[in-house]
Amino acid sequence: MNERIADSPASIYARGLAAGTLLYQRCSDCHSAVFHPRVVCPRCGGAALEWCQSTGRGTVYSSTVVRSRSGANPVALIDLDEGFRMMCRLRSEADAVIGARVAAVIPEGCTIDELLFAMEEDR
Amino acid sequence: MNTTLRGRTSVVGVAESDIGKVADGLTSLDLIGQAAARATSDAGIPLSEIDGIFSATSHYSMSSMEVGEYLGIRPRYSDSSNMGGASFVSHLLHAAAAIDAGLCTTALIAYGSTQLSDGGRLVTASMPNPYEAPYGPRYPVSMFAMAAARHMYEFGTTREQLAEVAVAAREWARLTPGAFRTEPLTVDDVLSARMVSDPLTTADCCLVTDGGGAVILTSTERARDLRRDPVPVLGVGEAHWHRNISEAATLTTTAAVDSGARAYAMAGLTAADIDVVELYDAFTINVPLFLEDLGFCEKGEGGAFAADGRIRPGGALPVNTNGGGLSYCHPGMYGIFLIVEAVRQLRGEAGVRQVRDAELALVHANGAVLSGQATAILGGSNTM
Repeated sequence: MNERIADSPASIYARGLAAGTLLYQRCSDCHSAVFHPRVVCPRCGGAALEWCQSTGRGTVYSSTVVRSRSGANPVALIDLDEGFRMMCRLRSEADAVIGARVAAVIPEGCTIDELLFAMEEDR
Repeated sequence: MNTTLRGRTSVVGVAESDIGKVADGLTSLDLIGQAAARATSDAGIPLSEIDGIFSATSHYSMSSMEVGEYLGIRPRYSDSSNMGGASFVSHLLHAAAAIDAGLCTTALIAYGSTQLSDGGRLVTASMPNPYEAPYGPRYPVSMFAMAAARHMYEFGTTREQLAEVAVAAREWARLTPGAFRTEPLTVDDVLSARMVSDPLTTADCCLVTDGGGAVILTSTERARDLRRDPVPVLGVGEAHWHRNISEAATLTTTAAVDSGARAYAMAGLTAADIDVVELYDAFTINVPLFLEDLGFCEKGEGGAFAADGRIRPGGALPVNTNGGGLSYCHPGMYGIFLIVEAVRQLRGEAGVRQVRDAELALVHANGAVLSGQATAILGGSNTM
């Protein structure tokens, strides 16, 4: 009989953040870093994805500043050093520089929408 | 590469519904109905002969069933596959294959939207992505803004070069009856417009309008007996590599590389053969990206390629000859209008914006956030 999934990738990721860690998956078969969290490796189709802890350090791949009446919201795609990419908010407009080194800011009890990245030296 | 579908089917009817701001109370299906009736009339085929329906809309997740019910058609082939704005060029491929396989004889490809009347909000049936939406990007402009920023970073593309794309579109729109925006536009106007999501201003973004369109496709053999000169589908291809921008491997090369290669291979043609180009310009950055990915210039050179008037009326490469989504109309998804304009150019009925001796047109549509890509190469009646 096939094994049922006991704990969803989304739940494990969210609990990681709440515990102050940025988690990602790595495929046991092809060793690709995988993000967004899922149950099958999108590179090789392998179903054995292991959870790993990221250093939270990476490089801004691209960025934009969303302008609205409520202010400026800097958003980036960040290439984490472990080899996965994610979208996140930046702490300030000044961080929205392609190529900049950034690091995750993960407060205690962090929820997905509270996650931030800031310039590595300013963290 | 598949070459067996080359020229096997032809577009025999095209039409738009009312576009711009349509009468209050009209629905997306009303616009589809109006466009479908006009397109079948253009083709000289009664609506009752339609036996294949291909439709995708933002308002109805089961679009083809809605369209069939509305028009009183009981199709034997039905396809509501949704690649966002690329759906309708993708439907050309699906419809050509279905007709060639004998699964239907006469296909209606149709779209309609009342996005402007609905208040301008993008209607979407998509679930917000849980790993993107919490960070507040404005969908979809912020995703294209990040592509533009990366293109500028890697290749030195400038905001002025992107602005020229909008200016060229406006110049074409000024030649097109019914275009939504026709007042003069300069590069400075684009640069000084309100910033929406850096580096894109409101003038780098497509319009918000109402509108619909319809395309009738049948076998080329049958098309020869119909009232209009057939416009054969010489090549068509589709591709997608991602859905969400944070899962795109790169922001500076799109799956248009694959969809274009598939269309060119089927047609036995290259970019150098193309007389007129219709590209889905949801945002100014799309045009350089697709000119590069479809082989009209080298990777990274799209900004400079478009910047010296080359794509304006009278330029060496006519691009978006009705003014595109930036200035002609953009009701949520634009892909169907690319086909309509290409067919009008190939039939020689484009009036003062007619590209002289247009024999081969390339149509390329984007869906979602540089995600779904579909390319078609259409020919004049002398190309078969």
